[in-house]
Amino acid sequence: MQIKIRDLHKSYQGMKALDGLNLNIDDVRSLAIIGPSGGGKTTLLRVLGGLEKPDSGEIVLNGKAMRFDDASLFEHRKRIAMVFQSYNLFPHLSVINNIILPLTKTRQTEPHQARQTAEQLLDHFGLTDHRNKFPSQLSGGQKQRVAIARALALRPEVLLFDEPTSALDPEITADILEVINGLRSENRDLILVTHEIGFARHACDYVAYVSAGRVVTEGGSEHIYEHSESEEFRRFVSRIIGWKV
Amino acid sequence: MTDRVRKISAAFLVSAAIGLFFIYALLKLDYHWQWPVLLTTRYKFFMGFLVTLAISFFSLILSLLLGILAAAGRRSKPLFFRYLATVYVELIRGTPLLVQILVFFYIIGTAYQLTNRYVMGVLILSVFSGAYVSEIIRAGLESIPSAQIETARSLCFTRFQTYRYIIIPQLSRIVLPPLTGQFASLVKDSSLLSFIAVNEFTKNVMEADSLNFATFENYTVLAIGYLLITLPISWLTRRLERKMHYAD
Repeated sequence: MQIKIRDLHKSYQGMKALDGLNLNIDDVRSLAIIGPSGGGKTTLLRVLGGLEKPDSGEIVLNGKAMRFDDASLFEHRKRIAMVFQSYNLFPHLSVINNIILPLTKTRQTEPHQARQTAEQLLDHFGLTDHRNKFPSQLSGGQKQRVAIARALALRPEVLLFDEPTSALDPEITADILEVINGLRSENRDLILVTHEIGFARHACDYVAYVSAGRVVTEGGSEHIYEHSESEEFRRFVSRIIGWKV
Repeated sequence: MTDRVRKISAAFLVSAAIGLFFIYALLKLDYHWQWPVLLTTRYKFFMGFLVTLAISFFSLILSLLLGILAAAGRRSKPLFFRYLATVYVELIRGTPLLVQILVFFYIIGTAYQLTNRYVMGVLILSVFSGAYVSEIIRAGLESIPSAQIETARSLCFTRFQTYRYIIIPQLSRIVLPPLTGQFASLVKDSSLLSFIAVNEFTKNVMEADSLNFATFENYTVLAIGYLLITLPISWLTRRLERKMHYAD
């Protein structure tokens, strides 16, 4: 995918979440956005996802400039799909209907085709036995798999993940990260806001370190961790890695 | 012991305990029961019951509509509608139904030439109950996490679709139990319409009482009559609740 962001600003009640953010990437499959809490990562992802309007700035995604009126954002959201930290499944729908409903209602897919898509995805993620359960009957990891399946069913141009493992325990985290890594090897374009530095390092092609509303440093995963000139980034990474075994 | 036997014996014990409690009180009273005289006023009972049933039915539907409108008003953007809905809810919930009945019927009804007691009865009850229904719906809407609406938005549901497929199904389940309580109250509150000479159940029973003087018998009929309306409402909602159940 190709993303060009120029001078992006966004404030909430005087608090600057994005403060002139620039990012320019070309031909990247998976982008990891990392950085301290409150640094603007999630705001950036929400703007990219068409859920939030920036105060000013430009975004070009895969050659198409984003416009921020309601109708354009609605169309933009059809190009992307989001997976949230707290899964956000619909509690009143069964697992399979969580996947089918958006397809039939917002993508005008024929019901039998939607069902087929849903069944294939559930099978792919080992959820076939759970297809008729309600979200409340699933574990956190299973819920997140359903959420990922729901996003994939929409065949988005780009998949956005907002801290998809923050609510999960370490073992399940590893499991979900593996699922995401699987998507990457299927050559899907994805953007991932994450605290999992190790995953960002090994499974994402490109890293943008966002802090205080800007991209402080960015680069390909192979060398940024060794060669970044940003003192802040190095401190951030070493502080996290320092506590890991 | 099977589950069924346990349930039946528990129900039996509860009935026996309550029954004995009242039978003892009645025996102490030394009251001479005269059930047969009720037959002389059976037509009054029956007509009153039918009127209460009809008034309750129409008020229930109208109060639901008013409640939905007021809840929507309180969440709407234009200040006019928001204030209108707020004033409506606060005024109605803050004043006695009896006062509302008198004001609406004798002042507003007279001024606007709405003089049919039965129509006015239904309108007044609906306005009264609608304020409570609106608060039940508003509380229900507020208890649906905003993440649900945002997720629907990110999946490209339109506003209408979000309500239709995401919010209303979740909302119905949340508001059903408190709505049942509200509707049971509505049925009983309809007795106050006797103040504007609506010939509903309570008024007819009171009239019968002035003819046959069998006070306890008359009011027993009254209690049973209201239970005949309120119990099916509870029963129906419990069935609906089970039908809408999704584990949480």
